[in-house]
Amino acid sequence: MPPYLSLSIWVPIVAGVAVLFAGRDKDAAAARWVALAGALAGFVVTLPLFLHFDTTTSAMQFAERREWIPRFDVWYHLGVDGISVLFVVLNAFTTVLVVWSAWEVIRDRVAQYMAAFLVMSGLINGAFAALDAVLFYVFFEAMLIPMYLIIGVWGGPNRVYAAVKFFLYTLLGSLLLLVAFVYLYTASETFSFLDWYRLPLALETQILLFVAFFLAFAVKVPMWPVHTWLPDAHVEAPTGGSVVLAAITLKIGAYGFIRFVLPILPDASRYLSTFVVALSLIAVVYIGFVALVQTDMKKLIAYSSISHMGFVTLGFFLFNQMGAVGGLVQMLSHGFVSAAMFLCVGVMYDRVHSRQIADYGGVANTMPRFAAFMMLFAMANAGLPATSGFVGEFMVILGAVEANFWLAFLAATTLILGAAYTLWMYKRVIFGAVANPAVAGLSDLNPREFWLLATVAAAVLLMGLWPKPFVDVMNVSVADLLAHVARSKL
Amino acid sequence: MPKLDLMPVLPEIVLLCSACAILIVDLFLPPSRRAASYWLTQAALLVTAWIVLTTAHATAVRSFSGMVVDDMVADLLKLFALVAVSAGLFYGRRYLETRGLFRGETFVLMLFAALGMMVLIKANHFLTLYLGLELMSLSLYALVALHRTEAAPSEAAMKYFVLGAMASGLFLYGVSMIYGATGVLDIDQVMRATLADGANRTLLVFGLVFVLSGIAFKLGVVPYHMWVPDVYQGAPTPVTLLIGTAPKLAAFALALRALAVALAGVEYDWQGMLIVLALLSMILGNVIAIAQTSVKRMLAYSTIANMGFMLVGFLAADLNGYSAAMFYAITYVLTSLAAFGVVLLLTREGFEADSLDDFRGLNQRSPWWAFIMLLVMFSLAGIPPTVGFYAKFAVIEAAVSAQLVWLAVAAVLASVVGAFYYLRIVKLMYFDDPVDRAPIESRGDARAILSVNGLALLALGVLPQPLMGLCVLALQQSHFH
Repeated sequence: MPPYLSLSIWVPIVAGVAVLFAGRDKDAAAARWVALAGALAGFVVTLPLFLHFDTTTSAMQFAERREWIPRFDVWYHLGVDGISVLFVVLNAFTTVLVVWSAWEVIRDRVAQYMAAFLVMSGLINGAFAALDAVLFYVFFEAMLIPMYLIIGVWGGPNRVYAAVKFFLYTLLGSLLLLVAFVYLYTASETFSFLDWYRLPLALETQILLFVAFFLAFAVKVPMWPVHTWLPDAHVEAPTGGSVVLAAITLKIGAYGFIRFVLPILPDASRYLSTFVVALSLIAVVYIGFVALVQTDMKKLIAYSSISHMGFVTLGFFLFNQMGAVGGLVQMLSHGFVSAAMFLCVGVMYDRVHSRQIADYGGVANTMPRFAAFMMLFAMANAGLPATSGFVGEFMVILGAVEANFWLAFLAATTLILGAAYTLWMYKRVIFGAVANPAVAGLSDLNPREFWLLATVAAAVLLMGLWPKPFVDVMNVSVADLLAHVARSKL
Repeated sequence: MPKLDLMPVLPEIVLLCSACAILIVDLFLPPSRRAASYWLTQAALLVTAWIVLTTAHATAVRSFSGMVVDDMVADLLKLFALVAVSAGLFYGRRYLETRGLFRGETFVLMLFAALGMMVLIKANHFLTLYLGLELMSLSLYALVALHRTEAAPSEAAMKYFVLGAMASGLFLYGVSMIYGATGVLDIDQVMRATLADGANRTLLVFGLVFVLSGIAFKLGVVPYHMWVPDVYQGAPTPVTLLIGTAPKLAAFALALRALAVALAGVEYDWQGMLIVLALLSMILGNVIAIAQTSVKRMLAYSTIANMGFMLVGFLAADLNGYSAAMFYAITYVLTSLAAFGVVLLLTREGFEADSLDDFRGLNQRSPWWAFIMLLVMFSLAGIPPTVGFYAKFAVIEAAVSAQLVWLAVAAVLASVVGAFYYLRIVKLMYFDDPVDRAPIESRGDARAILSVNGLALLALGVLPQPLMGLCVLALQQSHFH
């Protein structure tokens, strides 16, 4: 069997380097084609992961293990289970979208732009596939570098502030994570974190480690109140940067919770679950209201992302199958929907160069096909049944009902709030009379944009109408993980 | 009287003879043929490095009645020190040429500085340590003052000399107390005496304080750091490069021989002192670096912070910690070498490239050198996949396994502060438009070596094991069985 996971990491990275050498700034076309070929190749090598995945076991599949740094017993150890495999595929898919979406939009330093995204894609796959804590950490932190450049070089007017804030926020969290990893290493003599699942730890130790893990992953998710970097980063980042941020990198934070925090620190997780659930609900409800009053479309979607990610952490800390699988489905779905929303804003921004809701109105008159697509994505963002957005939210709410009715009640307000802020924005931007000459002069989607949005729309509908294949992949792994979490380590 | 074995000091003999030969040859060369002495200097450095490499062996050999020791630690550190001096000279050639400093005495002083480092690195006796220290320091003082006619270099040299002489005096005074307490100066014998509980502890700890001050001065850690920014800024850039790279390896060897080996008996005392030095250096160095507008000053404060970080590993006081500190020192030298290499690359006649603004838009002027500088900055900040990450990682691991979790947390918090000013350079290079659009001129050999140097930061970041393993192995063979 070919090493699919290594390929999914290294094909995009090598392609990224190739893009840098292939396309000078004067010859952007070469850079674009090489990048697209690289992204497609990166996607193709991840398909076997999904197609050949054995859904009956929770064991790590497609595993690869080689000695890397014997000095610290660090291994190049890769593997995926039902929790991680879909994110590798999602990430590779998103990379294709990003490269495609930037086609003629990015004119400045094209090769570097494409290369940054391809390298980033490989690093993200590495973070999802790593089974060694140091390997995970290397990928987890290395991805800050391309993202910093993406926001800073191709971003909006306030890009420097956003890029630096993004970097330092995430770095602060992740360095404490490193200390926690090292502590677990000195306690267990290994960096293989699957072995840490069985490492007995006292409650006080677990709580301290929980704080370090929590800071790292909560910043990444981001959870209220450490979310403030996200709206800035999203607003300033170029469309592709926003897409990758929302669709993928936020998921790594949530992935960290289910992969590291719950199984390694089960007692602290239960002990502090009320705290996490409370923060998640604040994110769902309060950030939902914050989203309602935004005047900038990208900011609105950024807050909506925080609110949706609150659902994910809520689902994980309910400690039941429905909640955890719901959280994972929500992560996948949000990957598609948020990507689609940012792509839609990108389409309008490329034409009008404004993200303000007030600068639009009546777009449906000039861009009917675009309006139809955006309608679908807005509905998915609001969690309408038959779209992917519904499945995850509904499962988490069902999980919450199992735990506590009032919890479910509060969580369910998102169905109203989400609909309110998304559809209200949609109404102000798309419907009504043509608001100004800029809108009157809009041209509808070109073929590239049409097929780009159609691809995402297909994914959103597929997941909404037939979520079974995705849920099947997750079920066994999640069930085993929760059974493990239920056992105390004290 | 045992037979005198000169083989263990062969590299030093070769370097000394070549330095003397170059000094004489240079007298008979017309100024137009100065390149000949330059190439002779490079040849001397590389041949010496080659001898070090080929005569390296696993067992420690003592010579000159135990005054010097030729062990793997010495071989490894000498090798990197010589390579650093040689690469620095390659990077600095154009700078020296355009400023009238491309002279025989520059080369000879650099060779003597390198010789001092080598003696210091392989010293096994407090007097040899002192001898090497002084040879290195005096050559460096003179190098700083090469620009005789200008004010800033003269001021820097004077400051460096006065403070350095005081530090040497403190060191020597401490050594005399250690001698008073133990009656011996041989490193191995001092170790046995301090471990045997027979020595006068009060006197020993007094001696330790002075010895430690001398070492701290050479490392440039707070509160013995005052000279660092002024000397870094005032010295001609190739000399700054020399001061900022190879002597750090010598200072590490000094700390290793004097503290870790000789004064192992008072480990708890110097551990406590080093905690204070390390903490202050990391905090002060990183915070003050933010306020700098001169690249050389910024790198000076970055050195202070980095040396503090290295001490965190060192003060774990076990094989794990020393090897982490050694790995840190070596990789720091490689990184710092590349940093000054890029600064030197941007200089040209009448233009020092010393302001942060000179880095603006470097990505548009030359994507390749911007990328190299990006690697350097992320390596200094300790972001993977550059080698700086593994250096910090090893140090943190050493601190945590020595039950100093709080110190590890303080170290990482300080490095978040540090990340800010490294990010600023990346920001200037990538996010801003250039103010200076002059083409980057440099010699082909400097470009090639700098590229290798920069990519080595990435290569060692992807595969850190060989160098890490070598550090452990060397320390195991030498002192810590």
